[in-house]
Amino acid sequence: MSEENKVDLELDLKGLLCPLPMVKVSQNINKVEVGGVIRAVATDPGAMADIPAWAKSTGNEVLQAEKVDGEFVFLVKRVK
Amino acid sequence: MPEEESHQKSLAMVVMSGDMDKLFGAYIIATGAAAMGMEVTMFFTFWGLRAIKKNVSTGKSLMGKMMGIMYGGDITKANPSKFSFGGLGRWMFNKMMGAVNVSKLIELRDLAVDLGVDMYPCQMSMDVMEIPNEAFIEGTKDPVGVGFFIMKAQDAEIQLFI
Repeated sequence: MSEENKVDLELDLKGLLCPLPMVKVSQNINKVEVGGVIRAVATDPGAMADIPAWAKSTGNEVLQAEKVDGEFVFLVKRVK
Repeated sequence: MPEEESHQKSLAMVVMSGDMDKLFGAYIIATGAAAMGMEVTMFFTFWGLRAIKKNVSTGKSLMGKMMGIMYGGDITKANPSKFSFGGLGRWMFNKMMGAVNVSKLIELRDLAVDLGVDMYPCQMSMDVMEIPNEAFIEGTKDPVGVGFFIMKAQDAEIQLFI
């Protein structure tokens, strides 16, 4: 991971189902500075569609959305 | 990128149903939309009033009181629209949803309040069913009518009827 993707906040979203993974990201995004990054780990496959959709609608950025060992790992950057 | 503040999108929803499954849909959409930065208006009418009612008995007239008894209880007493079986279906769905860790309906409603979803009861339904203002949970807005809902719906990008 490059230096600019330093993680400012870790979110454990494991076990949460729709709509909570997205809601938790939205509730926590303001806890990091603009430019800051949240690393969120979810187990709900729906989050793979929802978190990028949330980012698109709210003007934030998903730097990474990957399935790793059966979990879904997101790097979300606060843009504004 | 232009720096101007973009207009906040909004969603306006009529909730007429008091069915458990439909209330799930209503609150999942409402909380999701609020999380996505939308202003969300929920207008509860007729059976939908159960969703924002406290667990209190209501009614002034004989029939109003009967209605209060038959329609008693709060959101936790909402039955599914299918497989109701006099409460057995509710128990079954709660078990099944608990097994996969879906939020309880009441938790979703609390989340909606936390996320700033505006919940309005329908004055006319309240009059018909003899449900007073005090019967509603903390955070419920003052009752409104259809004109208010249409005003909100006219400006909304998404309008739903549940």
